[in-house]
Amino acid sequence: MSDTVTIALSEPGNQVYSVTELTLHIKGILEADPMLAGVYVAGEVSNLRYHSSGHVYLTLKDTDSVLRAVMFKPSAMKLPFKLIDGMKVIAHGRVTVFGGAGQHQLVMDSLQPDGIGALFLAFEQLKKKLGDEGLFAVSRKKKLPVFPRRIALITSPTGAAVRDMLRILGHRYPLARIRILPVRVQGDEAPGEIADALTFANRYRIAELIICGRGGGSIEDLWAFNDERVARAIAASRIPVISAVGHEPDVTIADFVADVRAATPSNAAELAVPDRTELLAYLRTADARLIRAMNTRLSKTSERLRVLAASRVLQSPENTLQDRRLALDHKTDRLLSAAQRILAKKRESYLRSVSKLEALSPMKVLARGYAFARDAQGEIVTNADTLQPGDLLKLTLYHGTLLSRVEEIQGDNR
Amino acid sequence: MSTQEQTFEQAMARLEEIVQIMERGDAPLEQSLALFEEGTKLVRLCTQALENAQQRVTILQKQDDGRVVEQKFGGSDGTPDTP
Repeated sequence: MSDTVTIALSEPGNQVYSVTELTLHIKGILEADPMLAGVYVAGEVSNLRYHSSGHVYLTLKDTDSVLRAVMFKPSAMKLPFKLIDGMKVIAHGRVTVFGGAGQHQLVMDSLQPDGIGALFLAFEQLKKKLGDEGLFAVSRKKKLPVFPRRIALITSPTGAAVRDMLRILGHRYPLARIRILPVRVQGDEAPGEIADALTFANRYRIAELIICGRGGGSIEDLWAFNDERVARAIAASRIPVISAVGHEPDVTIADFVADVRAATPSNAAELAVPDRTELLAYLRTADARLIRAMNTRLSKTSERLRVLAASRVLQSPENTLQDRRLALDHKTDRLLSAAQRILAKKRESYLRSVSKLEALSPMKVLARGYAFARDAQGEIVTNADTLQPGDLLKLTLYHGTLLSRVEEIQGDNR
Repeated sequence: MSTQEQTFEQAMARLEEIVQIMERGDAPLEQSLALFEEGTKLVRLCTQALENAQQRVTILQKQDDGRVVEQKFGGSDGTPDTP
């Protein structure tokens, strides 16, 4: 036993290394190997640990072997999805030897799900997370204003999307003031800028409606609208938000959170405002309805006047009254026909004529506090001298009739 | 024009209200006349507002010092095609 060692040591060129020396030697060889400096490894995630430092530790394994792996914070932060134990992944990294333990490990710089795309997975994960929080609930959706005075466009100030939206908004409803909050709509800076713009719009209440979006592109181009910051900023917005990302088939997380999802930016502009042509048509209809209603109302009044003029109160043999009734009839006819004629032509003078017409109503006279006086025979009394103290007098008021007795004759008061 | 614009929504709501009262036909004549006049005026104002409105577009640019400045938006890239 000890012989063997002795023999080995006695061989020229043999040397005794310390553990550290040997470890460093192995490390040197491994790390000098160009293949190990950047290698793809497929395996299943296990022993996953998200450390508070931001580093991610895990073991990659297949049926026969395991490989320790670590992803440091800068790379881990860029992972669009969340790892879970059991997930099949393809990792990229370099193989190193971890000093103290003398174990080799894979230092990963990127990782993607094996089988499905990383972005797809991230999308599904965020969708599930926000959905579980209730951010997509219908009850959270705010109603869009019917006539928005100010609309904020959170989008790129260049490009087709903003032009399309301005064109359609201007054509349909030029009353709305448009405020553009320029943001980048793709790249690493985009989600932060979009979220900030949403927050800004809310803080300063710069509009009654927000359209947030961009034109079409690849899924990577649209990715900012699948960012959690953007989703949360939309959810937090007190101003209603229309999402307008890409083309019809493109669906982003922003679409789920927004109050209304538009298929395209152009579609968003259509959903945002009423159509001027329809409004003008409505106004023409409203005008016609007003005139028709006024005409009907007027016919009703004239009908009532005729009934009143023919009523028993005015059906007296008393000449003066008869004359007045005739005069009233005559005036009524004249005024009515005048009113009708003018209505067709000129509304303002029509209105004044009709006011006079109403003033002629006998009931209107009674309503002002006048009364008809009749004697015991039912004759209209127009002269105090025809009565004696103690005579009965019937007074017809606007509401009801009084049976009264004359106390004193005071003579002519004209 | 700006006051009209601010009240366009209220004007439209008031107009619809007036038309409905008028069509019920139970308002006293004097009130009907006043409503008719008001309604007709609203129709005119709203129509004018829609026909005369020019789209206004501004852009809120963040300055280097962090201030946000609102400027008229237009020019080569984004000139609105206002009819």
